[in-house]
Amino acid sequence: MIMEWALILLDILLKIAAILLPVILAVAYTTYAERKVIGYMQLRLGPNRVGPKGLFQPFADVIKLAMKEIVVPTGASRSLFILGPILFIGPSLAAWAVMPFDAELVLADIDAGLLFLLAMTSISVYGVIIAGWASNSKYAFLGSLRSASQIVSYELAMGFALVGVLMCSNSMNLGTIIEKQSGGIASWYFIPLFPMLVVYWISGVAETNRAPFDLAEGESEIVAGFHVEYAGMAFALFFLAEYANMILISCLTAVMFFGGWLSPFQGIPVLDNLTSWIPGTVWLLLKAGFFLFLFLWFRATFPRFRYDQVMRLGWKIFIPVTIVWIVVLAVWIKSPFWLWGAS
Amino acid sequence: MSFEQIVFYGFSFMLIFSALMVILVKNSVKAALFLVLCFFASSALWLLLEAEFLAITLMLVYVGAVMVLFLFVVMMLDINYSALRQGYTKVLPIALMVALGFLLLLQWLVGNEHFGLNIIAEPQKHPADYSNVRELGRVLYTDYFYPFELAAVILLVAIIAAISLTFRGKRGRKSQDIDKQVEANKQNRLKVVKVEPVVSPKISDGEKA
Repeated sequence: MIMEWALILLDILLKIAAILLPVILAVAYTTYAERKVIGYMQLRLGPNRVGPKGLFQPFADVIKLAMKEIVVPTGASRSLFILGPILFIGPSLAAWAVMPFDAELVLADIDAGLLFLLAMTSISVYGVIIAGWASNSKYAFLGSLRSASQIVSYELAMGFALVGVLMCSNSMNLGTIIEKQSGGIASWYFIPLFPMLVVYWISGVAETNRAPFDLAEGESEIVAGFHVEYAGMAFALFFLAEYANMILISCLTAVMFFGGWLSPFQGIPVLDNLTSWIPGTVWLLLKAGFFLFLFLWFRATFPRFRYDQVMRLGWKIFIPVTIVWIVVLAVWIKSPFWLWGAS
Repeated sequence: MSFEQIVFYGFSFMLIFSALMVILVKNSVKAALFLVLCFFASSALWLLLEAEFLAITLMLVYVGAVMVLFLFVVMMLDINYSALRQGYTKVLPIALMVALGFLLLLQWLVGNEHFGLNIIAEPQKHPADYSNVRELGRVLYTDYFYPFELAAVILLVAIIAAISLTFRGKRGRKSQDIDKQVEANKQNRLKVVKVEPVVSPKISDGEKA
């Protein structure tokens, strides 16, 4: 009896580790990539001191952060202060459970995978709110209010954009969504759902509080937003969660609109045979990598939005665009001009 | 005890504990957070009932949106806790009576009489290919189509009512017109004025030095 449970527990733990270790490593090297990419875009070299070409820089950063003291501010709610970063990173790691890496390679193949993802991203708001409130600091509180209202607003547009994916694929299972897109680049959903793709992607950038939507941090106005009072590993958790969310959004964009682990050469006579040995995971990672690069590119390119502009874009432009496109899509799917699989 | 039973009792205990803490804890922000935990636990219980769509929707709507806005309000309120706790003994008998009445009412409404095993059969396990989402969608858009649409209309009316109650028109607000800001360009904002240089009449050598 106990042996049986121990085996179940061990099995679960091993599966979690098999997904989370690569994710955390990817997070570490995304921070490195960000500094290198933005460095080259600004005619600098970026980190190049620790290890060959600065490749060990992320480990140096982690060790530095781990050695620092976590200071709990006076008058702060101690338990909530600790809970904040945990609630922020927990959901962003839990969301990886439903991510399909290949045809058979998925931890939890659940029917409501899409909803699960939306639910997980909406929970991480609490990390922000709790961190801001528990810090007992005006800057942190204002930052958390800004960030939370931004996340809640853009979640709506994101949800509506995903309704389009639902309508095309007739399924909330991520694996099924990918399989419905098989048959070459032309049958990926980014063509019929192009407005949804744009809305989803920009909402994704806003949802992760990245530049140009990083006014939750707004160094020039509110110092550093909701995590201003955090130091050491507590801060590192916020930092890790932000990058884990970036990678997650990139992967999801690839899954929903760009055929996930499907090869782009499907259906092309010679190229298909030549590239058939490449595992699907590689294609997924390549597609996700492109979107991850876009995140960094945006940060080096665009200035920060003003707060009212962010709210206007979310409520007055994105939500109407998605609602109109859902209606258009409904008519299109039922018409004979629909080319992306029978519905 | 099976694994499912352990999960069930764990989350049930969590649900009851957090529900009690909602009314027992002194800080209203913490009370709201315990309510969130309450929703989370009940969502986990629904998952055990194989109602994954409802469970995740509960997370998405109540935890992800409603409680966030609720927390906003609670955090911004400036509450004098000591004033709130005055007159505790005076209200206690009435409160106890209301609580007792409510308990009896609940027992009568959702007790064994209406929801016992002899009224509603024990839920059976569904096969692996059973899709909760599909079934729910089918029922909502066929059998319950009119009630569903009616609920949507009522919600829409509620939204419009809430907006019309709080909307005070554009007067006296300094909100910016984004279209005007975007239209602004060099031609309609900038005026280049040519000013003739003023030549001073005569500067003698002595003044220059």
